[in-house]
Amino acid sequence: MAIFLTESSKILVQGITGSEGTKHTIRMLGSHADIVAGVTPGKGGQTVTAEGRDIPVFNSCQEAVAATGADVSVVFVPPKFAKAAVLEAIDAAIPLVVVITEGIAIHDTASFHQYALNAGTTRIIGPNCPGLISPGKSNAGIIPGTIAKAGRIGLVSKSGTLTYQMMYELRDLGFSTAVGIGGDPVIGTTHIDCLAAFEADPETDAIVMIGEIGGDAEERAAAYIKDNVTKPVVGYVAGFTAPEGKTMGHAGAIVSGSSGTAAAKQEALEAAGVKVGKTPSETARLMREIIEAR
Amino acid sequence: MDLYEYQAKELFAKHGVPTQAGEVVRTPKHAQEAAARIGGLVVVKAQVKTGGRGKAGGVKLAATPQEAHDRAHDILGLDIKGHVVHQVLINPAADIAEEYYVSFLLDRAHRTFLAMASKEGGIEIEQLAVERPDALAKVSIDALVGVDRAKAEEITDAAGFDSSVREQVVEILQRLWDVFVKEDATLVEVNPLVKTPEGLVVALDGKVTLDENAEFRHPEFESLVDDTATDPLELKAREKDLNYVKLSGSVGIIGNGAGLVMSTLDVVAYAGEEFGGQKPANFLDIGGGASAQVMADGLEIILSDAEVKAVLVNVFGGITACDAVANGIVQAIAMLADKGEPVTKPLVVRLDGNNADLGRQILQDAANPLVELVDTMDDAARRVAQLAAQGA
Repeated sequence: MAIFLTESSKILVQGITGSEGTKHTIRMLGSHADIVAGVTPGKGGQTVTAEGRDIPVFNSCQEAVAATGADVSVVFVPPKFAKAAVLEAIDAAIPLVVVITEGIAIHDTASFHQYALNAGTTRIIGPNCPGLISPGKSNAGIIPGTIAKAGRIGLVSKSGTLTYQMMYELRDLGFSTAVGIGGDPVIGTTHIDCLAAFEADPETDAIVMIGEIGGDAEERAAAYIKDNVTKPVVGYVAGFTAPEGKTMGHAGAIVSGSSGTAAAKQEALEAAGVKVGKTPSETARLMREIIEAR
Repeated sequence: MDLYEYQAKELFAKHGVPTQAGEVVRTPKHAQEAAARIGGLVVVKAQVKTGGRGKAGGVKLAATPQEAHDRAHDILGLDIKGHVVHQVLINPAADIAEEYYVSFLLDRAHRTFLAMASKEGGIEIEQLAVERPDALAKVSIDALVGVDRAKAEEITDAAGFDSSVREQVVEILQRLWDVFVKEDATLVEVNPLVKTPEGLVVALDGKVTLDENAEFRHPEFESLVDDTATDPLELKAREKDLNYVKLSGSVGIIGNGAGLVMSTLDVVAYAGEEFGGQKPANFLDIGGGASAQVMADGLEIILSDAEVKAVLVNVFGGITACDAVANGIVQAIAMLADKGEPVTKPLVVRLDGNNADLGRQILQDAANPLVELVDTMDDAARRVAQLAAQGA
């Protein structure tokens, strides 16, 4: 099963002829992704050859979907053109659109998020995210396929490198799916969406949830866990030492006044019965204890 | 990017929001001249990017040009919550019959935009939201529809504006929405929006935050950047395209990925508790492609911070290969030595992930006595805190 992404997912890459698009197409192919198409406007008819595979390039998502049946798009389009690319994927009714691009203007993200809601046929992951991987099955984004094996832990995180770090710490136990939901203030798929999917996934036994300063997504996730999640959840929150009013790398990682602090998030999670690690290693240890006690 | 009040008012005027003409000056003499040109009673307002100016003595009335000179003299140089006043805005003093509040902002929790409006403006909105939540109307906005006449009427009526000002407020909300969308703002706030005794509704103050990610369609953003209050090291880092935030501690931090670097700061602060309260000196995310040049630029900035006693390089090789990072460190140290700025502080390095063994081997072979390899993030944090304590 895994969540959102399985061995039967057919992936198309928007921006496949750009340097990042090509580089990560090769990497995804190397970790079980079934990449069936690329889209770059004006380059339809070309072919990208990677890992011994000839991937046809189309001018639009519509054409690519009609020709190949692609049901996942991974977007590597520069920020300036990202909105148009995502709208096109939504118009083609692609069920899952993973937006890797960092630095998209907030008004653009708010527009395509609303557009996807209205259409009702597309889940967006990101923007400003590493994508998601179901180890051994498929990979849609930039998470290295070699970090961890397949297993029964689900992971959801705002941060890419903390996703990698946590997968590495628990590499021997393995993951059903790891989802990097992104560090922007507005994102398409939230912690709660992933928690709900992991709770329903028979191949997931326990969940690691990684958050960071800014907004109140972690507090809302805590409330959701309390009422809806029966599987064990271990949490980690980054940014206890972040000063007020400073953006810490991610556009959404900012403590405003007294809201969005790491302490408040940790408190909310612990109140919901989630064990929260002080460091990534301690968080991994907490998860290991849970899995090994089963 | 937060704007000054006078910049916000310029954007208001550009989009037809009624506001006051004023002059921005940097000296008491120019304040005096501006007051003479404006004539009558004026208000001298500190231009700082923080709230609570009034309470801090940053907003004063002046009846004559000489008084404007004296008030500007008092206000210029004031420190308001860490923001030093370098400019004052001279506005004609308005007679106020009523004070209102309106704003548009990003609603992160609902992933859309939000309008807030109240007939009870003039006080801090956080205070109003706590004390009189019923007096603050909140109306969510569909990003694709925006604020048309119908939505502006909905907001106005939700806040209960009476018929004498309703039409003006409805019009102002639509124009402020133009500011919000056309200028790519994440916040547009007017507090207070006032009604004069003559019944005119005017924006007496303004707060605008612009989205730097939208700079590609706003070349004018560059001219709005104001670095008078920016830390010199942050300024230098920005020139080199580095994602750096200055903090006040003794342990320099270099890492890859915003989340991992934030986490590194926390882990160092915990470990530092054992060693007399050593704290992280900075946030620095060198991102995916950690080249020797980026590493050298990062090290140079961190080591030019006199408070730094030791440095932690914490890299997880996801896409980045650790051997490239290790080569980057070795070359960066050589580059700084060539520049006549040799590294003299200890460097603790933790490499994990992609090609970590190769990376460690490269650093071992280089055998620089200042570079110490530690296997885990927690142990590396403890060691660098200990070294910082010894160097203090």
